[in-house]
Amino acid sequence: MNMSHKPSLAIQILVSALFLMLLSIPIILGLKLKDPEVKKSNEKGKNDALELFGFYLEEAEELGLDFKHQSPKLDNQLDHILPQIASVGASVSVCDFNNDGWNDFYLTTSKIKESNALYQNLGDGTFEDVAGELKVGDINKTGTGVSMGSIWADIDNDGFEDLFVYKWGKPELFLNIQGNEFKSISKQSGLPSWINANSAIWFDYNNDGNIDLLVGGYYKEGINLWQLENTLIMPESFEYANNGGRNYLFENKGNGVFKEVGQEKGLASTKWTLALGAMDFNNDGFQDLFIANDYSVDELYMNMAGAEFKEIGKESRIGYAPKSGMNVSVADVKNDGKFSIYVSNITEMGILLQGNNLWQPVENSDQIEFKNNAGVMGVELGGWSYGSQFGDLNNDGYQDLYLANGFISAAKNNSYWYDYSKITGGNKSIISDATNWPAMEGRSQSGYQQNKVWVNNSGGVFADVTEYVSGLPPYDSRAVAMVDLWNRGVLDVIVANQNNVVSVLKNLTNKVNNWVEISLEGTESNKSAIGAKVTLVWAGHSQSQFVSGGIGFSSQNQRRIHFGIGENTSIEKLIIQWPSGKQQVIEALEINKIHKIIEGDENS
Amino acid sequence: MKTAETLAEGKKIHIIGRVGAFLQRYMAPLFISLILLVGHLSFGILEGYETVVITIGASILVDLVVGKLYTGKWKNLASAYISGISVSILIRSTFIWPYVLTAAISILSKYVLRYRGRHIWNPSNFGISWMLFFAPMYVAGLSVQWGNNLLPMAVIWMLGMVIVYRAKRFHVTITYVISFLVFAFIRSFITNDPFLAEVAPLTGPMYQLFIFFMITDPPTNVRSKKGQILVVFIVALVEFILRLNQFVYAPFYALAIVGPVAKFIDLRFFSQKNVK
Repeated sequence: MNMSHKPSLAIQILVSALFLMLLSIPIILGLKLKDPEVKKSNEKGKNDALELFGFYLEEAEELGLDFKHQSPKLDNQLDHILPQIASVGASVSVCDFNNDGWNDFYLTTSKIKESNALYQNLGDGTFEDVAGELKVGDINKTGTGVSMGSIWADIDNDGFEDLFVYKWGKPELFLNIQGNEFKSISKQSGLPSWINANSAIWFDYNNDGNIDLLVGGYYKEGINLWQLENTLIMPESFEYANNGGRNYLFENKGNGVFKEVGQEKGLASTKWTLALGAMDFNNDGFQDLFIANDYSVDELYMNMAGAEFKEIGKESRIGYAPKSGMNVSVADVKNDGKFSIYVSNITEMGILLQGNNLWQPVENSDQIEFKNNAGVMGVELGGWSYGSQFGDLNNDGYQDLYLANGFISAAKNNSYWYDYSKITGGNKSIISDATNWPAMEGRSQSGYQQNKVWVNNSGGVFADVTEYVSGLPPYDSRAVAMVDLWNRGVLDVIVANQNNVVSVLKNLTNKVNNWVEISLEGTESNKSAIGAKVTLVWAGHSQSQFVSGGIGFSSQNQRRIHFGIGENTSIEKLIIQWPSGKQQVIEALEINKIHKIIEGDENS
Repeated sequence: MKTAETLAEGKKIHIIGRVGAFLQRYMAPLFISLILLVGHLSFGILEGYETVVITIGASILVDLVVGKLYTGKWKNLASAYISGISVSILIRSTFIWPYVLTAAISILSKYVLRYRGRHIWNPSNFGISWMLFFAPMYVAGLSVQWGNNLLPMAVIWMLGMVIVYRAKRFHVTITYVISFLVFAFIRSFITNDPFLAEVAPLTGPMYQLFIFFMITDPPTNVRSKKGQILVVFIVALVEFILRLNQFVYAPFYALAIVGPVAKFIDLRFFSQKNVK
């Protein structure tokens, strides 16, 4: 830039001063901002948390839990990057498998010859691992792969929840025989012999009353990670990868038999699926699908009355910008009957700022359209985020949010991020070959990160209260499940941690707020009532939830629907929209009680 | 009749000449806009249009106002446009203000960081490097690819080469690319990482924008061709050192370090007169 006209000294000084002021802004902000990773938890103490926010999540001890997740050892050709390949597999699913009214939970481990665990709730604050006795634990056998997650649903409508375990390997399906034993029906069920899956959900896609199964593929199904034919197993792109595993839709034909109909129903994509969500986005009575994909855009499939699924990710805006989708959780965060979808991604300061997404339906739109409001709602910045769940942790009538963070915690102050950013910026021909990936050499990547807890300050604006309400060590957390473990009318939290113990967080509340829990049983609808939408109306408020067959990364919450109602002491009504299409309205439900409601039974 | 024909012919040549001059002058902003448009429509490289519009707007506004104060004239805004669009593509933030701040810093650097009547830093390089270094909590660099096929990358490389050739900067780009490859080889030998891992960044859009727009910036290049070759080699060398020390944004920092020093030396010792 040439300047023939020399500016006055005053102008030069003014512009220079402005320049210096602008330069100083990032420096000052950097000095003021604390590194979120080193924020001390439990700074304010339990009592302060109870007073300020109404709850505190205390790590429960002496529960009888003796479980530690372990990652797999894979083909030697992946040794140099094993920690990041074998970085998933810790999961938790909640279920009352023996119908004794106490929530049990199933944990997966991911090492060959190590056993998964089914912790039966003994009702006295302790748990017993009955997986061995009930023969649902020892499924990580040599040659069959390792477990990645599990989900429960009553596939034969006999009143007992059955168990599906998805793996990098042979998926396993167990029929629950009266809560006393489990019978493997994997062989005869029609499931394939090998899927490299990291997600699955139960949902009744055709509303025929039999619960169906959707399984999301991660690595291509033809890849055996223990016996690689070659090292071309990595994503072909950090943002546009289509070389992942296929997704499977298994239609329940009854009698424990499933028929795979994914391709013919339009679920043909081969992205790297990490999480699934099923709910009715357009209120047509059929469950639609939200698919969170790693290394690509997320997808939204509209269920066309069970005939097929139509993908509208781009049109709805949720499938426009590629990120690293690792979770789908859904809630009516504004208590307006509209469901928001939370998708976790990766945020690493100074390197990768994807931000988590909170997709909210656009008002007054003729079509299904969402807007990402995570930033304005305050839930955008997590870390390397995995599972998350909504739940009313303080029973004030608004859905709060718990988020699992942390990727690989190894050598401190020694990060793999530089090498990771080097390779992931490259072209398909380079990135897709594991041989080209720099060795990790014991380095961490987004490790030692704190999980996050956000309180919903009504209207869907969230406040980060992590340092007040939670003292959990910075594990590499993966899956989160909300469950009333002690039947106190309070949502506790179970967190499955990679290569570590499971965290059971007992929710200590200030006992000021009231609640109600709803247990649904379908008759025309599937017995598990998966897909039922429940709306509670009380004191000028209302909130909707739905019964899910698995939601969140590698997790499943308790089946019972939990509502907090604040200090209000009465409920106006409960409206249930059953998957069969029937609607049931129950007036004046008693508060602070667990209610069992059977479809069509007016006496429930 | 002959006169009328000649006049018409003359007019045609004049118009073609004007169009040619327009394209020549605005080739860079047109090309970078095309990259942005194709990238976004195809792959959604920007989450929304707001940041681009606001960043370019901030860039143009600052350049207009300060340019008028400094020069007494309304400036041609092609340069501000390129700076603004470069900033909007090359940085990422979950907030809007870092884009505006980076754009403003970039443009103001042209007016403040001067020697002998010339600005010595590539404006967007200065602004982006400053924010990446001092505001990592709010800003990251571009990590998105141009899809996962070689074809778009090949097209961008070809068009980019044409543009730098016409701008008489082809030798700068090619010297940098060759130097990068050589240093990548040496680096892989030192670090024991695969050679392709060291080369991988070159295949991403951040580098394509860097080598076609940033290091070839005419106002901040040194004058002589040999000097330009030497300087860009040193940029690659400094980048090599920064990469060995695991700086993710090594190319930006390398140019920010070497560029102004080279320009200063060029103006101080090799410039025969001040620029008019």
